[in-house]
Amino acid sequence: MGRFAIGRIVHGVVVVFCVAIVVFATSRLVGDPVGVILPFEATHEQRAALRHQLGFDRPILEQFGEYITNLARGDFGTSLLQDRPTISIVLEHLPATFELVFAGIALAILIAVPLGVVAAVRPGSLVDRMSVSLSLLGLSVPEFFLGILLILFFAVELGVLPASGKGGIEHLILPALTLALPAVGRLTMIARSSMIDQLGQAYVQTAKAKGIPRWRVVGIHALRNALIPVLTLSGWELMRALAGYAVTVETVFAWPGVGYLAFQAVREQDVFLVQTIVLVVAVLVVFVNVGIDILYRVVDPRIKLG
Amino acid sequence: MSESGHRVPLLEVEKLEVSFFTQHGVVRAVRGTTFDIARGETVGLVGESGSGKSVTSLAILGLIDLPGKITGGDVRWKGSSLLNRAGLKWVKQVRGKELAIVFQDPMTSLNPLFTLRWQIGEVLRHHLGMGRKRAEERVVELLDLVGIPSPRERAKAYPHELSGGQRQRALIAMALACEPELLIADEPTTALDVTIQAQILELIGEIQQRLGLAVLLVTHDLGVVAGVCDRVVVMYGGKIMERGSATDVFQHPGHPYTAGLLRSTPRIDLAQHRMIGIDGSPPNMIDPPPGCPFAPRCPIAFDRCVEPPPFIPAPNGREVACWRAYDT
Ligand SMILES: Nc1ncnc2c1ncn2[C@@H]1O[C@H](COP(=O)(O)OP(=O)(O)O)[C@@H](O)[C@H]1O
Ligand SMILES: [Mg+2]
Repeated sequence: MGRFAIGRIVHGVVVVFCVAIVVFATSRLVGDPVGVILPFEATHEQRAALRHQLGFDRPILEQFGEYITNLARGDFGTSLLQDRPTISIVLEHLPATFELVFAGIALAILIAVPLGVVAAVRPGSLVDRMSVSLSLLGLSVPEFFLGILLILFFAVELGVLPASGKGGIEHLILPALTLALPAVGRLTMIARSSMIDQLGQAYVQTAKAKGIPRWRVVGIHALRNALIPVLTLSGWELMRALAGYAVTVETVFAWPGVGYLAFQAVREQDVFLVQTIVLVVAVLVVFVNVGIDILYRVVDPRIKLG
Repeated sequence: MSESGHRVPLLEVEKLEVSFFTQHGVVRAVRGTTFDIARGETVGLVGESGSGKSVTSLAILGLIDLPGKITGGDVRWKGSSLLNRAGLKWVKQVRGKELAIVFQDPMTSLNPLFTLRWQIGEVLRHHLGMGRKRAEERVVELLDLVGIPSPRERAKAYPHELSGGQRQRALIAMALACEPELLIADEPTTALDVTIQAQILELIGEIQQRLGLAVLLVTHDLGVVAGVCDRVVVMYGGKIMERGSATDVFQHPGHPYTAGLLRSTPRIDLAQHRMIGIDGSPPNMIDPPPGCPFAPRCPIAFDRCVEPPPFIPAPNGREVACWRAYDT
């Protein structure tokens, strides 16, 4: 466990460091934040002065060195527009994103696994064919479009759920569903095929021959094995949601999370805020990865700790 | 084998027919097999790969799943059918308890995610209503019975921590958990090293003596059957070719197929024995012709072999399904 943990920490630090390089490079190479901060009619001198003040006129490597040193001290920089530490802004928005992403992925797993299992138990049946079509549908509709469809139907047409913002549980339903449905498609396919695979294994025959009820054969013996690939994909879904889908879904629903914040920060060219968002998300992704690795070791005794 | 009225065999398989309705056609895996097993008896079910031995074993336990179906005949346990409405319920109660099976491949037949004591204990918890603690104690005894060293520690092991031979022992322990009256061993040694094979066979023989259970030993290897079985049933192409006492069948094979099998079996007692395989390959089981399935490969086949041969009784309760049985 010790070596495993140290290895993962080193790996995580390397990943975050690489992300820091990429983030830094892109934010310095693309666009000019000075033009955004200052009014359109600002003079050339004013612009140069601000550039100097922000340190943008120094050699790029020197700037990067300072950036990394500051990071190590916990200084992520100051937002250009809000004039506050970027890290506080990001941390304020994090809980909302967690709420949305965990609700979405949990919902996806809770729908996909039973659906996949039922389909796998009777391959070729009506339920099976329906699950496959549903999965394909979920897969082929983009998040933003799905989100808008759901808003149009439930918020505009029926008027039963709020279209945007954050509040009670009713505000969570549509964005979580939007995040969940494409994941349901992928997870159902994996749950189904992995379950079909497991049901054909010899140990299932042994379990049947024991005389135990069928639900135990399917729901305990085969399912536990079938969940291993589902776990892999769920981790992937969680990472993709944090690092990508959350931006679309939160923006469509004006959900006050890090994704929506990222959208605004990019639009307003708040370079330092964007940098911090990307770094924080990278750290989260690294954490999810480690979490999945630990879960594997809990589920599968064949994977050794260490 | 004789129906003497008062003696009901433990297991009777009568004119059993099993087919698989696949995309490529109907695979007639078992076509009217009949045999029985008395209490405490060891019967060998022998035949080349694909002759329908495993399907017969699974059908006995009620484990034929779609696209497979039992299309005819009967399986009776202690005199009552396991295939009628009441039997389908009953077989669920006796399966794993009175009627147990050990499969061919010990490497894949245990669930990789559970400890031995959980998997073996599950049978005890389910059939005998034991609590977790008692079941675990009993698992240790069972592992000891099947010759697994330091059973208390091994009980906590996962399958991947055991060798193939030990896994097969664990599977035998699982089958023996509820002290069954019949143990079906479906090629229990095929996947194992030669030295381990002998040990597992010895173990089965030993347990059979000790617990007095009946054994159906399924194998493609006549050599395995020779020392162990009281009676032998020889199967080919889903049909029974010959059945009789093991000594009789080995010394005077009545069916050319049995003779061929014997010639292709390595023998330890005859150093000079040359192994000769049977020419040709097993028949395609999709829509096979009604006659003797072995006829196309048989050295002494003649016109009549296109008709299904009846069982021709011979002395000592021996029966041979061949038009030319005892011709000479
Ligand atoms: N699930 C299945 N689907 C289709 N055909 C099967 C199935 N199981 C067995 N068979 C066919 O039934 C025949 C007998 O198989 P089996 O009983 O496994 O032979 P063996 O004597 O080697 O144990 C073979 O032709 C095999 O292909
Ligand atoms: Mg077989």
